[in-house]
Amino acid sequence: MTIQFRPDETYRDDYTYANSPECIARAPFPFPDDEYMYSMNLEPHVSVGDAALKAVFDIDEHYISECRDRAITLEKDPGMHYVSAPHMMEAQWDLLELIMESYANDYPEYFSLEKDGSRWHWTNKLLGIDDRFTFGDPATLPYEPMEYITRQAQGDWVLQEERDGTLYWGAGIATQRADYSLRFNLGMAWHEFHGPVPLVKETGMLDRALKFLLRLRCGHPVRRLNWSLTVNPRLDVSAESLPDWAPDRTTVTAENAGKLVYLRIELQPLHRLPRSNAIVFPIRTYLLNLEDIATNPAWAKRMHRVLKSLNQDLVDYKGFTRYRDAAVEWLSQFDDGRDEEVAKAG
Amino acid sequence: MSLSNGTLNVRVARIEAVTPEIKRFTLVSTDGAHLPPFSGGSNVVVLIPHASGTYRNAYSLMSSPYDSSAYQIAVRRVEDGRGGSRQMHQAVNEGDVLEILRPVNLFPLSKHARLHLFIAGGVGITPVCSQLAELRLRGTPFEVHLAVRGAEHARLGEELQREYGDAVRLYRNDIDQRLDIAAVVADRPLGSHLYVCGPESMIQGAIDSARAQGWTDSHIHYERFLEQGSAGEAFSVTLARSGATIEVSPDQSLLEAAEAAGHEIPYLCRGGACGMCETDVLELDGEILHTDDWLSDEDKAANKKIMPCVSRAKCSRLVIDC
Repeated sequence: MTIQFRPDETYRDDYTYANSPECIARAPFPFPDDEYMYSMNLEPHVSVGDAALKAVFDIDEHYISECRDRAITLEKDPGMHYVSAPHMMEAQWDLLELIMESYANDYPEYFSLEKDGSRWHWTNKLLGIDDRFTFGDPATLPYEPMEYITRQAQGDWVLQEERDGTLYWGAGIATQRADYSLRFNLGMAWHEFHGPVPLVKETGMLDRALKFLLRLRCGHPVRRLNWSLTVNPRLDVSAESLPDWAPDRTTVTAENAGKLVYLRIELQPLHRLPRSNAIVFPIRTYLLNLEDIATNPAWAKRMHRVLKSLNQDLVDYKGFTRYRDAAVEWLSQFDDGRDEEVAKAG
Repeated sequence: MSLSNGTLNVRVARIEAVTPEIKRFTLVSTDGAHLPPFSGGSNVVVLIPHASGTYRNAYSLMSSPYDSSAYQIAVRRVEDGRGGSRQMHQAVNEGDVLEILRPVNLFPLSKHARLHLFIAGGVGITPVCSQLAELRLRGTPFEVHLAVRGAEHARLGEELQREYGDAVRLYRNDIDQRLDIAAVVADRPLGSHLYVCGPESMIQGAIDSARAQGWTDSHIHYERFLEQGSAGEAFSVTLARSGATIEVSPDQSLLEAAEAAGHEIPYLCRGGACGMCETDVLELDGEILHTDDWLSDEDKAANKKIMPCVSRAKCSRLVIDC
């Protein structure tokens, strides 16, 4: 498979990020129904089709520019967007191995990994990297293993440690986070970091999901989809950079919503890691503005209905209270109120 | 979580008797490649075929997590058990190929402990073996206190003593060397973690001793084998919509049996968590063995619903709305 990369696009300032029609078509559209409510939409992470669910960890035409945007964000605020507790080093090596092996298997034309005992040779043609290092020895890499490999990976990554019958955030890289702080969440347990999510505690869903994840086995990853909205194709929407992006929320009107409002789709394939017994929680983000969505009439119709009927607590939590109505109004032109096409949208 | 394609084929490279009751099996991959890496304290489920089905027994991995060229397990022959360990002792030979599930860790080491204290009895030493290999590499201090019945049961402990020296203490009942758990946990520094694997009385004794010393439960760990996937006794189920009656074998889930017979039941997680396969029970003569996390306690007690991906039945008749 050959990908036409867009190496020069930007996720800030002049926002030259754009999707090709092929890239829109391969995105994992997250709405199976006309109404959205949190659910345990976990399924075995097995390869399906030829799009975003094919590889263990998906990459697309934005790979090079997204890695560059990550480097910019990391450099701007050192110590803010990559953090790891000291005892997570083993899990970091597990993650490095999993990403390297997965990329090399799924995209042999771009990545290769050769192992000679613990002496490894990694090449990444897309970013011009050719490194030899000793697996298990952090001194042989320019960064800690997790930062090293996730600087070369699309999406955010969190390592969770299993302890006392729950999961704790032990390490993470998050340069494209939807409105929270990685440093703040580090060390939190499952029920703490999910505490602010409305409407899930009451249903018992948090307890059930935790039990399920604690039974997660090596070699049997599972995946789920989540989503949010952002104004402009901006990846770094962390709590720390809020002054930079929050004002954009006031610029949305029913006329410009198609261009300005982006659906952030998060593909989350969770894996148990073998040596550390940690669980990796990746958040691979796809950014499609409403005009991109509208190239698929069934998607646009469904998204109109989802946003229009969405529970206000979820609107507030996901942070688009100010411009929900404008987005709904823009999308309404694609909804004739009839139902037959919508059934195909999932 | 029961996925029928989740097994590994391994060849039995070596079998050796280490005590009158325990045999050690060395397992290698059938294609010469390394087996999947694992963490100290992990176990594998071995599928043991026998005349009328398959036993699924979990055994701790006792080899080093840093050498995945082979796995080692120790099988203690249990005369009055279900028969799986007898089958392993009698019918499995060097060179045979077995199916196992990938390693699972239900007894992981604490990454925060300053001192690891292990209490073990007999074959309960096996998960500790792989944990010690991990700790030695990490350089964290540990002590092992292992109780055995007599000299001929001491070989695993003596091997560990040769490997780790004074950190391993052996107590032999036949010469009246008593393991005093309360003394082991007394006056230990904050940051010590206790791990127990052995007979139920030993586990309870260790928990009680540690609590009596003011330890929190977060610092007390014990091995408890949870059933992996859906396995149990065979039963049959009728799918009301097609009228088909399906036999569910001991190592299959209801969902897998239905799929094998060409029926589609909607599913997502296949682990009893997501609610997708929830199905109404239309007729039941017997009881449902609920093993899911989805249904409420009231739902489970009412027996009007079942999760076909993990739950089973012990009944003469079961009809579900599929």
